[in-house]
Parts: sequence; structure tokens; C-alpha cells
Amino acid sequence: MPLNTLNIITLVSVGAHPMSGRARRAEQDARAVELGLRLAGERLRILHAGDPEEEALRAYLGMGLAEMTVLQQPPQADALPALSDYLRQAGAQLVLTGTQAETGEGSGMLPYLLAEQLGWPLVVGLAEVESVTDGVAQVLQALPRGQRRRLQVRLPFLASVDNAAPTARQSAFGPARRGQLQAQAVSVVEDVLFSEAQLQPARPRPKRLKVIKAKTGAERMKAATAKASGGGGQVLKDVSPEAGAEAILKLLTDEGVLR
Amino acid sequence: MLNTILPILLFAALALAVLGAGKRFLMWRRGKPAKVDWLGGLLAMPRRYLVDLHHVVERDKYMSKTHVATAGGFVLAAVLAVIVHGFGLHNRILGFALLGATVLMFVGALFVAKRRRNPPARLSKGPWNRLPKSLLMFSVSFFIATLPVAGILPHDFGGWILALILAIGVAWGVSEMFFGMTWGGPMKHAFAGALHLAWHRRAERFGGGRSTGLKALNLDDPNASLGVEKPTDFTWNQLLGFDACVQCGKCEAVCPAFAAGQPLNPKKLIQDMVIGLAGGTDANFAGSPYPGIPLGEHGGGPHQPIVNLQGKALVEADTLWSCTTCRACVEECPMMIEHVDAIVDMRRHLTLEKGATPNKGAEVLDNLIATDNPGGFAPGGRLNWAADLNLPLMSEKKQTDVLFWVGDGAFDMRNQRTLRAFVKVLKAANVDFAVLGLEERDSGDVARRLGDEATFQTLAKRNIASLAQYRFNKIVSCDPHSFHVLKNEYGALGGNYQVLHHSTYMEELIAGQQLNLGQHKGGSVTYHDPCYLGRYNGEYEAPRNVLKAIGIEVKEMERSGFRSRCCGGGGGAPITDIPGKQRIPDMRMVDIKETGAELVAVGCPQCTAMLEGVVEPRPQIKDIAELVADVLIEAPAATKQPAAALEVN
Repeated sequence: MPLNTLNIITLVSVGAHPMSGRARRAEQDARAVELGLRLAGERLRILHAGDPEEEALRAYLGMGLAEMTVLQQPPQADALPALSDYLRQAGAQLVLTGTQAETGEGSGMLPYLLAEQLGWPLVVGLAEVESVTDGVAQVLQALPRGQRRRLQVRLPFLASVDNAAPTARQSAFGPARRGQLQAQAVSVVEDVLFSEAQLQPARPRPKRLKVIKAKTGAERMKAATAKASGGGGQVLKDVSPEAGAEAILKLLTDEGVLR
Repeated sequence: MLNTILPILLFAALALAVLGAGKRFLMWRRGKPAKVDWLGGLLAMPRRYLVDLHHVVERDKYMSKTHVATAGGFVLAAVLAVIVHGFGLHNRILGFALLGATVLMFVGALFVAKRRRNPPARLSKGPWNRLPKSLLMFSVSFFIATLPVAGILPHDFGGWILALILAIGVAWGVSEMFFGMTWGGPMKHAFAGALHLAWHRRAERFGGGRSTGLKALNLDDPNASLGVEKPTDFTWNQLLGFDACVQCGKCEAVCPAFAAGQPLNPKKLIQDMVIGLAGGTDANFAGSPYPGIPLGEHGGGPHQPIVNLQGKALVEADTLWSCTTCRACVEECPMMIEHVDAIVDMRRHLTLEKGATPNKGAEVLDNLIATDNPGGFAPGGRLNWAADLNLPLMSEKKQTDVLFWVGDGAFDMRNQRTLRAFVKVLKAANVDFAVLGLEERDSGDVARRLGDEATFQTLAKRNIASLAQYRFNKIVSCDPHSFHVLKNEYGALGGNYQVLHHSTYMEELIAGQQLNLGQHKGGSVTYHDPCYLGRYNGEYEAPRNVLKAIGIEVKEMERSGFRSRCCGGGGGAPITDIPGKQRIPDMRMVDIKETGAELVAVGCPQCTAMLEGVVEPRPQIKDIAELVADVLIEAPAATKQPAAALEVN
């Protein structure tokens, strides 16, 4: 099956520039659109849940798309039910998202929750779709330090992209202005979290001081390029699902993640 | 027999010329509409030709004298030939006049032929090497044919053999000179050139005027395709202007991108537009190709895209992005063609419609949209460079004499030294000044020259709105790019100000004895004219006068003043960064080193950055403001009260 006949939908959000806070296309979502454009060309569909009057969304249209669908919602609404309802009907084979939104909750949970609701597999950190044969896609997943993992996923699936995906193309003013934002009415589900919690600016986590012990340039080079080695890891191979689950549960309890 | 053949030849050639003229005119009119003063332009044309154009040609004395003789002789000979031979008015006086005209033309043509013996690389060959022969043929044939009319030779002299030879000579001559004029021969420059002068898109340039600001693009129609995609997207008088090119290659000789081996040759670009106008390929172009791009592979037509991002069309995108918008080509062009306008028009399409600004272009434009500065720095840091200077803010003062326009150099550590030096000078002269502070935004210069007219207009309108809140007499800036845009390009969007470059303002302060200055110590100094101060705004003297006032005798470079070579920093060229064989600032540094100067005085943050990017050892680079601040004697001079702020805004 040629890649350019894939039915792809990219989910986009309104971003914020890290320096000025001004609304813009979100960096990772734009990369997801770029990936979608490279795969499906102009057949790519893009989807946003929120305000159809938001001008910043036009930056996605400026990448070369004639229209986008906006599921009309107030800012406090939960995007998840609307998106999953829409995607269930839309017949998409691949849904692309960014890893984490730049505005709003920005929890990075959306791809996981959406995949759970749809019952689709989720690929995190998609870097490239290599081929699709018999409803199974062969993709490259980005790992730290430029490593790639080749995965086979059955369609339809959901994938989130991070900064390992190709850089987004320039958004042009003319197509951005001409593009259509197609508003679609959906039933609004109030986000419980928003009604009881408050947003406040995130504080950057303090960084651990990096003490460089290397004496020579070669050692520094080695320290900079070496793989992060956990040391105490354990590779489980050919074990039964129960034994595997046991091992994971034990690790989580030991690490204090589960109490 | 000649009495029968000559009128037939003359009138046939003239008729064909008229037909060709009509055809050519319709070709130009395929372009977009443009408002011109039809009759006024035609009436002003002789003066524009004889005065304004002659001033440009006069820089090359050899060529100006040659052209006066050849063109003057030809026009006179052509008119008289039609009267004498066409209408058969065999008057002796007219005959002698015609003889005189042909002799004049012949002498001119000899010099044309001499220039063509070892032509410089900038000149086109091909049909242009045929032209002197045609000129000689025309003048000699009509000279001999006119001898009987003047009564010098008997009427039947030479018999039918001479008549035949003369008929062939006249046929050759009139084909080139009349018929070829409107059918695309070298003489087209005379016909199209005359009309181009009449209906020029910048008529303000004639009569000593200056018109250098880019013209605003109308963004009102959301369905219009923006910028120039096809040759017919140019306005019709732009197309006419391209047709006026005489392929003298003066532009090619001064183009910094061409010299650096980047794929741009202004002459070839204009000829490509002519190819686009008429349809065809560049295989027959007889001049230097774009460096690195062979002839014969590109072609196009009036309704075909000029640039094809996926394949080959008329022009490669890299050609358009190589331009530094230094305007050296426009300054040199004897036909007053507007190369930079055409390049920016085509860039507008690439950026606004195709989203194809190369290299860092997209990032810079995104930064300008999101942070109002090209570097993507936090907008709140715009005044950090002056944290300890206690600068007066417009938002607090509301009115002032001088509004100091800081520019985006505020974010650049090298330029901050210049800015601080200029503040020192302003304070020493007790100038009543203030800055916009965080209300200032990028002037939009880079965005506009990268073709992003939408971002330019947004930035400009917001700046104009900020400025409209306050009263001030003049704006002073250390950045010639901001200076030019504020002075010449904000007007079309409703912002009209008196804007000065800091060198001009310092010259005023020195003339008004508001500065107590010592003498420059240290080595010899040369001065590099920034394009946007010099060629764009005609300010060559003020920086030199300031330097003179602090005891510097400028060791001029060979290319200085209006012939100054660009540093390579204009037009977004460092951002699009099209590869060539060498770097433009390196070439400029060679010019500087030739003077033996130990220091280069500059007046532009771009020039500073480009020239300081040249590897050492090289002369030091200092802004004029730094040089003045260095010799400032802090005890204030006779304290003059600055003139009370007048209402300008």
C-alpha cells in the first residue's frame, strides 16, 4: 500500500512562544503536521478542538492545507471526548499528535488517553513511517541520543512526535489567510480538573550540577557521548506475560512508584 | 534606380517597425496595471533622457561621448533620410545636413567598434558585436547615397552596381536600426528605453530626486496571489523597464553577489525577465551567465512561473536570494532599471505564497512575528543593554526633541557598545532625548526584504501606533536600515517623520558646537559607506565631516561613496546565506586593506557584524559613534539649551 494513500489526521493545538508567550503554532504539533504532509500530501486532514476564531491556527493552514476542522469548544472544556468521538467516525488509519501541548494543561496525557479510549496502539516519539504493507506499518521510533527503534504496528494507530521528527516547513501568509477553519458543533464536556484546580506558571525543575571529573579531552568526549547507563537494569526475555507483569510490579514497588 | 528603392526600403522598414512597436507594446501591457502620467511622461522624456540619464552615462566619459555622437547622429540622420530619400525632397542644404549627420554617426560608430575589439567581460557579445557594423553600414550607405543630393557627385554616378551595393547597405542599416528596434534587436534599448523613461515606476528619481523605498504590497484582497509568480504579475511598466536594458553589464561589474560567485548576475536577471516576457530559453544570451549555472537549461514564458521549486523554470530561487539589496546595480544602470524592486517582488511570492524562504529565513520571520526581533529574544530584554544608563523613556516623558531609535542591535553585544557610545555623546551634548524602550519593535526591514510584506506591515503599523502617542521633533538612529525604513517606507502606511542617521545628527551637534571634542589618536582610518545610508539616502558627507572634526583624514577606498561595495549584510543575505566562491565581507576587507588603514569607521550594525566576521589580522572596526565618544572631553561645552520641542507628529 503506497504511503500517500494513507488516511492521516494530525491533531493540532494553539502553542505559545517560550520567550514572548504569544500564540503561535505549537512546535511539536507543527512537526506532526509536517510528518503528515510528507506522508499524505494535501490529503492530510488536521483537527483542533477549541475556538474556530483563533488566528494562530491559521499558521498550520499556511503549511499548505486548504482547510482544517475545528471541534468548537470553550477553553475550559475537555478535548478528549470530542476528539475520540470524531476520530472513531473519521476512518483515520494514522493519527499524529505532538507530545505535549504548549498551553493549557500541557500534561502530555492526551495521546495516551486517546489511544486508550479508541483502543488503538500508541507509538511515542515517531520519527518516520517507512512502509505500510497489509495493514501493518513499519515505523522508526526516536530514542535518546539519536538512536532509532524499528517497530511494526498494525493500522489504525496513534503516534506522538517529539523534536526528533522533521522540522516543520515555513508557514506562508497567503495560504494561511485563504485556508478555511471549518467549525463543527460538538457536545461540550466540562473538564472537572479545570473547574476545581488553578493554572499557575510552571517552575523549571532545578538541574543537578554536572561535575566533570574527566582529566583529558578524550575522557570528556567519552563522557559526553557515552550511553546513559543505568547499571542495575534487567532484560526479560521469553517470559510469560504474568512473569513479566510480576517483575514490573516488583520494580515499581521497589522504586516507591506504587505504594 | 536608388530613388525608387530607397523610399521602398525606408518605408517598409518603418512600417515593420511600427508593427513591431505595437506588438511589443501589447506584450508589456500583459503586465498588471500601473498608474502612469501618459502625456506628462512623454513630454518629460527628452529632458529625462538628455539630463538624468546622461548624468549616469557621463560617469564613463568615453561611452557618453561615443553615445552622443552615435545616437545624435543617428536620430538626425534617420529624420533627414526619411525627408530626403523617403519623400524625395532633394534639397542641397538638407543633403549637406544629412551628410553631416552620417559623418557624426560614423565617427561615433568607430568608437563603438573600438570598444568592441577587446570588450570587457561585462559586455554582451552576440548581436551586440554586430551592432557597430550595422551602425557603420547605415552611416556609410546613407553618406554615399546622399552625395548626389548634395551635388558633390553626379546623379548617375556609379551606375547600377553602386546602386545595388548601396541598396544592400541601406537594407542592412534600416533592418537593424528601424525594424530591429521593435523586433528584439540590440536597438530595442532605444525604443523601449525612451518609453521606459517616460513611464518609469519611480518618476521621482528624475530631476535630481531620490526614490529608494520599496513599494507597499496591497494585502487587502484575501484571494489575490501575492507577489510576482509569472512575468505577467509584474506591472506593465516594470516589464517595459526590463526591455530597456542595453546589456552594458555595469550592474554585473558592481554586483557583490556576482563577484562572490553567488548565482546572481543582475544583467542576466533582467534579460531572463525579457525572455519571460516574450517566451523562450536563455540559450542565446550572449553575456556572463549566473556563476555556476550554465546557459541553455532555463526558459519560460509570460504565463509560466518564474521559479519552480521542484525543477527548472526561468530563474533559480537561489538567484533571487543572493541579492543583498545594496542597490549598486540600480545606481549604475544607465537605463535606470529597478532591479531590486523586481527581486523583492519575486521574493514576496516565494515567502508569502510558497513559504520558501531559504535557510534561516523562516526562523527569523517566525521570531519577528512572535517576539518582534529577528533573534527570538525575550521582548522584555530590549532595554537590558542600558540597564545602568537611566535612559529617559517616551512613556514617561511624552515629549522630547530627539527620539533615539535603538533598533534590534539592542540585543547584539557588539552593537550595544555602539549604542552606549552614542548615548554618551547625546548626554555630553545635553540633548533632550528619549527612547521608546519596550514599545519599540523591529523596524521590519529584514522581513520586508525577505519578502514577508505581511510581517513588515504588521510591525510598521504597530511602530507607527507607538510613535503616534508621543511628540518629538526627530528620530535619530544608529542603524541605517531602521533609518531608511522609518524615513522612506513608513510614509505609505501613514508614518511621516523627520529621521536622521546618527552621523548626520552628530554632524549637526558638532556644527552647533554642542560637543567638546579632542582629536583622534591612533592610526590611519578609512570609511565604509553603508548602502542604506549612502546609495539609499544620499548621505555621504556627514560621516566624513564628523570624522574630519575629530582629526581623521579618511583614506578613501577605491570603491567608496556611491560606488561603495556592500558588506554583504543587507537584504537578509546573511540569513538566506546562499553559497558562493568567496564571502562578500572578505572582498570588502581586501578593499579596506588596500588603503593601508589600521581602522575602518562604519555607521551600521550590519556592516560592523559582517566586517568583524572577517578573520584577523585585519584592521579594527569601529562605529563613528564610538570614535566620537572616545575623544569626548567630558566637561560640557558652552551649555546651550536644546531648542524647545516642536510639534511634528
